[in-house]
Amino acid sequence: MSLSNVVASGLDCHLNSGCGFPAPGAEIFNFDDIAHFTIVNTEVHLTKITVLLFLSVALILGFFIYAFRKPKLVPRGAQNVGEMGYLFVRDGIAREIIGKDGDPYVPFLFAFFFLIWLCNFMGIVPFAQVPVTSIFAIPVAFALIVYITWVPLGVYKQGFRGFFGGMLFPPGVPKAMYVLLTPLEFLSNLIVRPATHAIRLFANMFAGHLLIATFSIAAFYLLSASVIGLLGSAASFIVAIALTGFEALIQFLQAYIFTLLAAVYISGALHAEH
Amino acid sequence: MSLLAEVTGSLGSIGYGLAAIGPGVGIGIIFGQGVQAIARQPEAYGVIRQNMILGFALAEALALIGFVAPFVFGK
Repeated sequence: MSLSNVVASGLDCHLNSGCGFPAPGAEIFNFDDIAHFTIVNTEVHLTKITVLLFLSVALILGFFIYAFRKPKLVPRGAQNVGEMGYLFVRDGIAREIIGKDGDPYVPFLFAFFFLIWLCNFMGIVPFAQVPVTSIFAIPVAFALIVYITWVPLGVYKQGFRGFFGGMLFPPGVPKAMYVLLTPLEFLSNLIVRPATHAIRLFANMFAGHLLIATFSIAAFYLLSASVIGLLGSAASFIVAIALTGFEALIQFLQAYIFTLLAAVYISGALHAEH
Repeated sequence: MSLLAEVTGSLGSIGYGLAAIGPGVGIGIIFGQGVQAIARQPEAYGVIRQNMILGFALAEALALIGFVAPFVFGK
């Protein structure tokens, strides 16, 4: 059931009509197929989320190709904006976290930062109004790409022994402590790390969308011919607007944090810990 | 075995409330100390902010797992 169904089923549902508050749950993240077809025995279901994801990719590609189609020494217009974004990722994330040898990883981080930001931003775009990253599969895919980048990178740069040895047997610890430390390090570095990397982004967007939906439905539900109803409805509406602004901040912050953590993991793979 | 105490209703909300205590304290400490550090050493703003946000993200993940778990196990 999608959000429109929730709203449609409760159109007559107001305060005092005895139906109770139709609180939104996880079901508002299930979308009906827009279209589905079969390609070589594989069923492809197009939903709103898929469309928005492709739209985000197309917008990012389109904007940056447009911005850098004829780069000039003195940037103007769109190129200025594009360079600002690039410098933010290069100087603010890659060089700050990874250091001098961080420049080769700027395109990787840059793509992640802007794609995730735009995917998150779809949550407050009118008519789209659902963050693409609030569907768990998408942050999982992002986190997996980061995971299968930094683990082989660490093995390649430090060698298998150097990388896993440094990670699982941190130096400068009494030998007996390894009984306790090694399983913990294994768990926290190789299992919990990618899991929280995905969950952090997903849960923030999930919670934010649910919060906005709750207050929007509350504004609709409380709308009735009574003083308390009208006041409550107006208050809920204002809160929903305020939360939209707050979400805009969270969306940027989460894209930034995701990229920052990706840079931290890559940095850990490049340089052995001392 | 006799029942001594029982909690009914939205257990997920209670779980989330409990899960939010630790990260709440943690995030408060992180930003409190971060602002203090910036006030003492304004020229190190960039590095401090970066580490502040990193610590915030790590602490916040715990609260968010607490938020999501009821949806996963609530059925």
